[in-house]
Amino acid sequence: MATAPDLQSLKIDYKRNPMLPWPFQIKRVKRETEDTFTVELQPLDDLKEFSFQPGQFNMVYVHGIGEIPISISGDPTKPHTLVHTTRAVGTVTKAMDKLRRGDILGIRGPYGTPWLVDQANGRDVVFVAGGIGLAPLRPALYEVVAHRERYGKVVLLYGTRTPSDVLFRQELENWRARFDLEIYVTVDRGMSGWRGNVGVVTHLISRAPFDPRNTSAFVCGPEIMMRFTAMELHKRGVDNEHIFISLERNMKCAIGLCGHCQFGSVFVCKDGPVFRYSQIKDMLVKWEV
Amino acid sequence: MEDLKHILAEHPFFSGLSPEHLAIIVGCASNVRIDTGKMVFHEGEEANQFYLIRSGHVSLQLMTPNKGPVTLETLHEGDILGWSWLLPPYEWHFDAKALELTRMIALDGKCLRTKCENDHHLGYELLKRFADIMMKRLESTRLQLLDIYGDRP
Repeated sequence: MATAPDLQSLKIDYKRNPMLPWPFQIKRVKRETEDTFTVELQPLDDLKEFSFQPGQFNMVYVHGIGEIPISISGDPTKPHTLVHTTRAVGTVTKAMDKLRRGDILGIRGPYGTPWLVDQANGRDVVFVAGGIGLAPLRPALYEVVAHRERYGKVVLLYGTRTPSDVLFRQELENWRARFDLEIYVTVDRGMSGWRGNVGVVTHLISRAPFDPRNTSAFVCGPEIMMRFTAMELHKRGVDNEHIFISLERNMKCAIGLCGHCQFGSVFVCKDGPVFRYSQIKDMLVKWEV
Repeated sequence: MEDLKHILAEHPFFSGLSPEHLAIIVGCASNVRIDTGKMVFHEGEEANQFYLIRSGHVSLQLMTPNKGPVTLETLHEGDILGWSWLLPPYEWHFDAKALELTRMIALDGKCLRTKCENDHHLGYELLKRFADIMMKRLESTRLQLLDIYGDRP
């Protein structure tokens, strides 16, 4: 377990310099699936709360290894704990997977554009998540559930690879038990014993209960899945203006300076990661971008 | 029969068919009920029907030597089940199993094949509709093959 640094002796104003990570201590690690985990963090310095909007991300620094962008997966109404859910797939996330309670991570953020859930007031809301894409959508779900009376029908369509890859199982069960949320889960590959749906998530769209003319859709997952999902939503009658997707590119500085995440005329870190589908639709299918 | 006519006329799959063609299809239709866990059809059996699912769920499965039955897709209320009746050798390529009590309208494919041979307009209308289903299932299969959830979003 790492020892907390003496912050007083460092005399660093973390709040002023956007390139300096803030030290956060891991309070809890929860294994979600074989390769996916959630960390709950608390600030070490005098930062009492970590306010963020659903859809925003942080740059997470594993000391001595590197820094990567990870979306916030926690509840925006509970800013005392910062929550990140990620898969252990790269050098940094694999190192992060080895950290335990009490270890320290560096955090810069929150950055980026949020899911515009407040603009969905009075409308049906459809969340479409693919794989780990459920994690960046979860804060928006918390937000909608917290103000449930403001929205029409609320539907979550969640697709993942296999039954053992289903994230946030208990939460999905809790949401499913409510009468005011429609939760549909599907897997690409059914294993024996799985009695749920098998098939791609885009197939759920045609039979999901929402009024396409009055729906805001929030989509997060692999880019191919988001493209096909947006097409299906549009085919069902949802206006591209009301379809939002979250992109991930090679974000480094996270403040629109370095240009690593440039995507055509936008920087994903500051103009995104959440975009209106209408804004970036044409760029998504261009190899040159 | 009036009930069947109403249900078929309302279903998107048959939308736009002329009243004459719809009447032919209604003449080939009957209600079926499959209990939970029972098979709708088995791979290799003669395929002489297709089904419109009215309620319940059906899983399309493939028997594998090591893993047993693997579910490839789940079909639901409103979905069309089966197109093997349309093309030779008129045999089912997969197993279909009712996951719960499932009510469907069965359409006699053998009868419809003859009608389509005699009325190519009807044949074309049906083929267009099945081509759309095949395209969607092919698209799904391609997405499944890509294994898109293997990478970070």
